[in-house]
Amino acid sequence: MGNRAPATTVRPAEETGVEMTETAPETLTGAQSLVRSLEQAGVEVIFGIPGGAILPAYDPLFDSSIRHVLVRHEQGAGHAAQGYAMATGKVGVCMATSGPGATNLVTAIADAYLDSVPIVAVTGQVASSVIGSDAFQEADIRGITMPITKHSYLVTDPEEIPRVIAEAFHIALSGRPGPVLVDIAKDALQAETTFQWPHELALPGYRPTSRPHNKQVREAARLIAEAERPVLYVGGGVIKADAAAELKILAELTQIPVVTTLMARGAFPDSHELHLGMPGMHGTVAAVAALQKSDLLITLGARFDDRVTGELSSFAPEAKVIHADIDPAEISKNRVADVPIVGDAREVIADLIRALQKQADEDELVGDYSAWRRYILNVKRKFPVAYDKPTQGMAPQTVIERINAIAGPEAIYTSGVGQHQMWAAHFIDFERPRQWLNSGGAGTMGYAVPAAMGAKVADPDRVVWAIDGDGCFQMTNQELATCALEGIPIKVAVINNSSLGMVRQWQTLFYEGRYSNTDLNTGPESIGARRIPDFVKLVEAYGCVGLRCESEDELDEVISKAMSIDDVPVVIDFVVERDAMVWPMVAAGTSNDDIKIARDMAPDWEEEDL
Amino acid sequence: MPQHTLSVLVENTPGVLARVSSLFMRRQFNIESLAVGPTEIPEISRMTIVVNVEELPLEQVTKQLNKLVNVLKIVELESLNAVERELMLIKVKVDAQTRGQVLETVQLFRAKVVDVAQDSVTIEATGAAAKLQAMLNVLEPFGIREIAQSGRVAIGRGSRSITDRTLRSVPGTAAG
Repeated sequence: MGNRAPATTVRPAEETGVEMTETAPETLTGAQSLVRSLEQAGVEVIFGIPGGAILPAYDPLFDSSIRHVLVRHEQGAGHAAQGYAMATGKVGVCMATSGPGATNLVTAIADAYLDSVPIVAVTGQVASSVIGSDAFQEADIRGITMPITKHSYLVTDPEEIPRVIAEAFHIALSGRPGPVLVDIAKDALQAETTFQWPHELALPGYRPTSRPHNKQVREAARLIAEAERPVLYVGGGVIKADAAAELKILAELTQIPVVTTLMARGAFPDSHELHLGMPGMHGTVAAVAALQKSDLLITLGARFDDRVTGELSSFAPEAKVIHADIDPAEISKNRVADVPIVGDAREVIADLIRALQKQADEDELVGDYSAWRRYILNVKRKFPVAYDKPTQGMAPQTVIERINAIAGPEAIYTSGVGQHQMWAAHFIDFERPRQWLNSGGAGTMGYAVPAAMGAKVADPDRVVWAIDGDGCFQMTNQELATCALEGIPIKVAVINNSSLGMVRQWQTLFYEGRYSNTDLNTGPESIGARRIPDFVKLVEAYGCVGLRCESEDELDEVISKAMSIDDVPVVIDFVVERDAMVWPMVAAGTSNDDIKIARDMAPDWEEEDL
Repeated sequence: MPQHTLSVLVENTPGVLARVSSLFMRRQFNIESLAVGPTEIPEISRMTIVVNVEELPLEQVTKQLNKLVNVLKIVELESLNAVERELMLIKVKVDAQTRGQVLETVQLFRAKVVDVAQDSVTIEATGAAAKLQAMLNVLEPFGIREIAQSGRVAIGRGSRSITDRTLRSVPGTAAG
């Protein structure tokens, strides 16, 4: 993943073949050295909030070419950095002060760790002389984030700043991307130092493998030719490695059906005939069935997450496994791989294509999956993702379908976590990589608005829609102030069912409809709710345009109106019925074979025999 | 569960022990013992980690450790091809009658007495875990007042060195 880093990366000279110019040391403060280093690393924008310990850094930042976006809560800075990184493939940067400033970043760092998002978090630390003394606003942020960062630094010597920043950016982006924390003591920022950008990085313990092993690739090609029911099980690694084009060639060459995980939506066009949709707990029947009945999983940058496998012991019981991942630790972690391939997804796929072609030319070995394809494409036709319209109120799925129809695949979509996220994953047509940004591994409610902000800053010419829930929206909507003031005109669709919808759905299904603490009262009086807060008034107070849509016949008009406003953020309160549920569903901890397409309704497998 | 001894070469930088132990805790790997010390190269420390895990989880332990940026090299030392030692200090109760017997035990296990008091002796013993356990069993009836035990350290047999190739890549070392 991510080894062909864009210009922002710092890479060792021997790897890039580019001689970095050696600059003569000059005297400056640690803070100036930090800002200079960030500029050298190619940083365009930082999301952050100043405070005591990081304050020295904000002075030279004032004169820098780097744009600083002043957020309203550090969690917003972290998710914005993630949104920026996911939209561009570059490293996102967030900055915070010591203590609570730094701890507010923790959720976003954990999120970036689980979803392999390259971010660098720069935090101020109390002066080195008082570290460990429980000084004012002191928190051991390096210790706190140790299990959720790819690497972390505590800098007390200002001489180290350029080297540490160069390493941090290299580590965040190369190999399996992830968050890197750089904690810098205040006195190191204030002290006089020299600046010298390293022309070579010395990381003897860090050598990610991006070139796949030839023998393993040949073995994989042989298994593919011998298989009868293969599936391309595609994960977020394919997007991180910018391998969507190669994937399409591989799928079309072999005519093997494709499933894309929640993190991989957009890696393969939804409109493609071979695409079966998303697998997993709320996956399509075709995608789940394909994995369950497969005899060969060609796993590319995916990690057999429990939300995909369901009960692991009954997952894809007849399948052999080819597992390609940039992170060797993912291979055989949950499911033992028959053919492990460590490497960058793009290189793996390109090599696989070559190996398959060679095998076909020289040995006339070509797989024939026509019966399998007929079967599984029939399942896809028979069980599309569908929903029943309610007799009263507006279906949330319809709202998302109409946004998709009007905004189209060139827009970027972010989402929070819950029902609206699953509906967005199903009812938006994902046609291109980096079209879909969400919190998959961590499941962080509140991701949507700040991530949309980061994506819009990264790619201001694209329309950016945050598909959010009424619960999620209330966790991070303060960033609308940032968006309004900084000229970041995102669009937010609050799918407002007046409750913590996914939890409510579980209460309906597994707790006899006892709705303990899931009613948020954001809905209208007509359903007995108190409309607190009134989202339209709330966002108007933030300087945004607030719209409300309560019935299906207003939908297109309201969405079009939001599309026509491009100078301020727009938030639409879509008042939807609250009993809609996400289907299909595999209940937590059960087998994928027990997928339900609606309450108490399982697909009729008997009719679907191979 | 089978026991495995891992010899882990790490950069001698602050926080590296915390990274390793935090990784073991988070991934729910059980450490039987862990010993850290310098090597012949000042920039490199050696951790000897003993874990009780099956083959497959051991592979996970190794792979996860390898992901730590400061970890340079991991080698599993097989008991048959390695010298493994632990150090134990044992304070045993003695009186005029038992002193002789205790000293005899010390001789028998090729241990030595490093401190003597009126009513106790402190014994220093090194060896493989089984030997130390056998000695403890013999001393038990006399009354053991206190034990301090090190983690296991181990080194491969023969002339090969696992630091040889590693140090070449570490900047600031003689060979780097």
